[in-house]
Order: sequence, then structure tokens, then C-alpha cells
Amino acid sequence: MASDNGANATSEAQPRPAKPGAGKRVDHAAGARQFLAATEHAESHDERVWAMRQRRDAAVETIPEWEELRDLASQIKTHALTHLDEYLEQFEANAKANGIHVHWAADAADHNRIVHEIFQENGVQRVIKSKSMLMEECGFRQYMDAAGFDMIETDLGERIQQLDDEDPSHVVVPAVHKMRSDVSQVFSKTLDSDPGNDDAHYLTEHQRQATRPLILDADAGMTGANFAIAETGGFVVCTNEGNADLSANVPNLHVASIGIEKVVPRVEDMGVFIRMLSRSALGSPITQYTSHFRGPKPGGETHIVLVDNGRSERLGSEKFWSALKCIRCGACMNTCPVFRRSGGLSYGATYTGPLGLILDPSIDARRYSNLPFASTLNGSCTNVCPVKINIHEQIFEWRKVLAEDKQVPWTKRSSLAAAGRVLASPKSYRAALKTAHSALHYLPDWAIYNRLNAWGQVRDLPDVPAEGTFHDWYRKHRLNTAEAGDNE
Amino acid sequence: MSARADILAAIRANKPGFSGPAPDIPNHDDGYPCDAADLRALFVGAMEQMGGAWVEPASDETLTATVHRALGDRLDAGSCIASNIAEIPGDRRVCEADTSASLNDVDVALLRARFGVAETGSVCFTEHELVVNAVAYLAQHLVVLLDPSEIVTNLHRAYQRDDYKTARYTVFHTGPSATADIEGVLVRGAQGVRSLTVVPAVDQAPTPGG
Repeated sequence: MASDNGANATSEAQPRPAKPGAGKRVDHAAGARQFLAATEHAESHDERVWAMRQRRDAAVETIPEWEELRDLASQIKTHALTHLDEYLEQFEANAKANGIHVHWAADAADHNRIVHEIFQENGVQRVIKSKSMLMEECGFRQYMDAAGFDMIETDLGERIQQLDDEDPSHVVVPAVHKMRSDVSQVFSKTLDSDPGNDDAHYLTEHQRQATRPLILDADAGMTGANFAIAETGGFVVCTNEGNADLSANVPNLHVASIGIEKVVPRVEDMGVFIRMLSRSALGSPITQYTSHFRGPKPGGETHIVLVDNGRSERLGSEKFWSALKCIRCGACMNTCPVFRRSGGLSYGATYTGPLGLILDPSIDARRYSNLPFASTLNGSCTNVCPVKINIHEQIFEWRKVLAEDKQVPWTKRSSLAAAGRVLASPKSYRAALKTAHSALHYLPDWAIYNRLNAWGQVRDLPDVPAEGTFHDWYRKHRLNTAEAGDNE
Repeated sequence: MSARADILAAIRANKPGFSGPAPDIPNHDDGYPCDAADLRALFVGAMEQMGGAWVEPASDETLTATVHRALGDRLDAGSCIASNIAEIPGDRRVCEADTSASLNDVDVALLRARFGVAETGSVCFTEHELVVNAVAYLAQHLVVLLDPSEIVTNLHRAYQRDDYKTARYTVFHTGPSATADIEGVLVRGAQGVRSLTVVPAVDQAPTPGG
């Protein structure tokens, strides 16, 4: 993590995958191609995201009970989700007893309206907020911007994205797809920084100085929550910058948006989750700040908005309910070869990487129907998941569901159906293979490397072995000997 | 109120048809040193890894002198030291009546930690030690007194304490504010404090509310 600015700054423009309009399908492959075309960005992204995975591995090696912790975390989440109604009621009762106002939001629109009303009742105009994937999911910032409120992000990466009018591309490091030259450009346009200076220390300091007055003047602060604890009615927020603590503690009004799946039963459960969260995310033993809010500060006011937005429905899905265990560490993204090479913005969704592949289709099956195909199914995401979600199996299940629901484009469905017929019969498979092999010898390049063959677009097809198929080879060299051996 | 009823009804209708038991959480700290000095060394190693600094008082030094030595060139003639601890007066006290914004000009805040965690190198505060929570984030630098006998092994032990059930606000600070959001370059002092220094000092006057 502690590396200084290298000398090799880039002047390459940042790739910006187009976000499809409402009702359109996200074309992840096209976004990924565009990202890869900006070679310096693509290389830098791959290196930085992979470095997080490597730091995670080094941290995990220092904890002999790591696998036991994963089991415990998964069991706690199973317990909490199979008793979710009881723990939500307990959480609400305790939070209220501590003087916190509790609101319930059925969906994103509900959430945005409730917070808007709280602000109107309290005469709020200027808001500082800490990073929250749930608020992103609800389109909250756009809603409040349109309603005329000043919403200032306090997390550096999120602030960069806000000033550049872009969505976050990673659940932990929202601006990881940008290089420092990109940040320098954004800040020189919006925060009046020196356009010739792209030093990370300079840029961070410039942002600190620009944001401080906005923090001191804010009428309200907003945070999300990493965990909500039924036993105390309190919630836990983890950051490295301390920006959630500024947002929650400086203004007198604190509003926290919390997904209903974040509730766990007991304080002691935090020992398991906090030990795993930052180690899985960045490889550090803990985030710099781990804050437990159980009641408003003296003279202050705290509101919690508990948000469903499809979660209670997802709980009813036998194959996909366990995705609700996710603690948003991002480890699955950092290890995913597809995410590392395609950049988060190519997913065109709030949740990116393997986690996005299993969450986004449940939000909008048609819009995100391409996403479950953005995986090699190598299982690495499942192996690093601290709450043991079977991520790659769920990705595969989503492919089946989407194909059955005809959400998958016709070309993919019909070619898969044809492949299914061929693969179902050994005889037709061998015949097809022979035809393909001889065809490969004679077909002109345009017939192989074209738009219909995704494989051929980025790599050469392998040469056909001189001995023919494995099946040919086996018949010639092994079949007779094996039978002879049996007869002895 | 209807959203509440609808959400709870949907959860009851949809939740998985089995009941997962709540697991017992082991302490996982058999491998930690029992010797206080070794546990302290473990704490120091972890906090330094997270960017914190540990400053031992010299034998003939007053606590005030140790703190000034620890701050070194971070202090100049105009610096404002706000103190929340009885042992050192500082330039001003933090009072309950202070507004958060009025603490913006604090250069150094002196605080006492409630306890420390060896596994992560964290120090813990509640609103009792902070008096005004925001001081721990608006100050440019933090100097923290920690009673070495108040270091627990790991986070499992930390969460067995009752602070989270009694305090309104409980926080682990592990080194200074940090970010690596610009090309992965680690920068200290992103939004909160730029440095965190811990000085071992036995607690002779128990914290109010403790």
C-alpha cells in the first residue's frame, strides 16, 4: 500500500463506457472492450486490484482460525436471516429506547422520500455524506440533487466520482479505475487545483482543504452502516478516512440508511465480522476507524431508515437468498479475472464484479441479463468470500434462470441450444468435431474471426492436432491394449 | 407504518423454511502472550503497522514533556492543544458546551483511551473520553494516553466488554486517517487526523462514567 508516485504518469484519456438508457440491456462485453483499449488504464487497474487480493492473502495467513471464522460468519448470517423479522423488531425496539428515530422504507422511492421529509422538517439544505452502496442503489444523490439539496461526498474516492459525474466502480475503492492524471484533471476543473500537479499527496490535501468548510457548515450528515446489532439497537460503520465520523458527529442531525439484511443478533458477533472485513477487503487487520453508534450525541438527533428494496423477496428464493449474507468487502471483485480486466463501470450497475452478477439481475433481470455471463466460473470468488456465499454457483444458476425466462439475447440462447443438442449425443459431438476440424483447415479467416465468434475476436483459435481428436488417439493407442489387458 | 408491516409480513412469508442456530464464538486467543510486556509489544507492532506512533516516557520526564517531545515539529508557537485529560491542562479544555465546529482550530487533542486491542493496534474511546465526539476527527493530531494494563488480546475479547451496551458512541481508532484512493498511493490525513501517537501512562484517575 505504501508506494510513492511512480514516474510514469499517463496522458491517456480515461475510458468511459456509455451507460445504456432506461429499459436497455447493459452490454458488459462492449464496455470491457472499451476499457481494455485504454491499455495504460487497463494495466494499472489490473495491477492495483490484484495487489489488494495479494494483501488479503498475506493478512489471512496470519490468522490460523481464518476458515473457522468464515464458518462462524456464515452461520451467524444464516441464523440472522432465518430469524430476520424477530431481529429487526428487536433492533427497532432497542434503537427507539436509545432515542433513535426508526423509519421503514419498502423501496428506493420510499427511502428517498423519507429522508427528504426529515430534511424538510429540520430545515436542512447542506448535507455531508459518507459512502453508502445502499444510497447508490436508491439513486439517492441524484434524487436530492434534483430536489435542490447540496450533497457532499466525504470519502475521497466517492468525492472524485461525484465531481466527475460518474458512478463508483468498486464497492471499497470507488475511483480505482482512474489514474492520478484523471483525478488531477477532475480537481483542476472542479476544485481549482494546479492542473500541472498530479501528485497523490497534493491532490488528497487539496481535497481535504476544499471539503473542510463544507463539513463545518453542513446541516445534516448521512452514513450507511456495515452492521446493525439487534442486542443494542446500535449500528457499526467502518471507514479508513474517518469521514463517517465527521458526517455523523459534526452536524446535529445524523441519518443512517441501513439495508434490512445488515442486522446481526449480538455484539459479540462483531468480533467475527470486524476481524474479517478489512482483511478481506484491503489486507489490513481493521479499518482505521470502526464506529459504533447507539444513540444520538447530546443535543443531537439520529434517524435510521431500514430499507427493503427487494431484499425480503430475495429471501424467498431458495437458490439466491444466501447472497443477502454479503458484507460488501469486495474480495470477490479483487480476485475476479473478468473484473480486473473489464473495470467496474463496464457493469453499468451499482454492484459490480461477481457480487454484482448475483445481485443486479434480482434488481432488473432484463437490464442486467448479460452480467452473469461476465465470469469464467473459476470459483475464486467463492474461495475468498468471508461469509462463504457460493458465488460462482449462483452465477451459473442465474444463467439458467435468465435463459429459461428468455432474458438472454436470442443469439446466445440459440447457439447454446444448438450446443446442447450436439453435446447431448456422443455420436453427433464427434461428427461435429470432425467437421469443425476439417473446416478450420479450409475456412478463410473472415469466417472464423468475425462478430459471431466472441472467442476469435481476442485470440487465435488453437491449431488442430495432427493426430486428430483425443477420441481418435485413444481408439488407436489405448483401446486395444486396454482390452488385451482385461483379457489376461 | 404500512411499510413496516408489509416488510415484516414479506420476511415472515419468504424467510427460509429452516432455523439456523446461533454459533458459540470462541475467543481464539490461546496463542496470545500472557506476559504483559509481550502483549504490549504485540500492540505496538500492530499500531505501528497501521501508521500510529508509540512514545515511551523517559525515566526523568514529566508527562507534559513526553507529549511535547512526541509532537516534535508538529507544534509551533501558535498551536492549540485541547486536553480532555486531568494530567495535562493544554491550551484549552474540551467542554460539553462546545459546538463541534468550534473545535476546528484544534491542532492537537489529548485524550485517554478506554482500552487497547493488541491484535489490531487499536485504541478505544467512548463519548466519555471524547466529551465532544468530533474533536477526535477535527483535530489535526491526536495524542492518546493508554494504560498498558488495559490492553486486551483480540477483537473477540474487546467485544466482550460492555462499552457498546452502555455508551452512545464507541470507536476504535487504529492509526491516523488514511486513504489510498488515488492510484493506490497511501496518504495519511485524508479527512480526519494526520497523526496518532500513543503514550503509555497508568490511569490514576478513573474516567468519569467508566
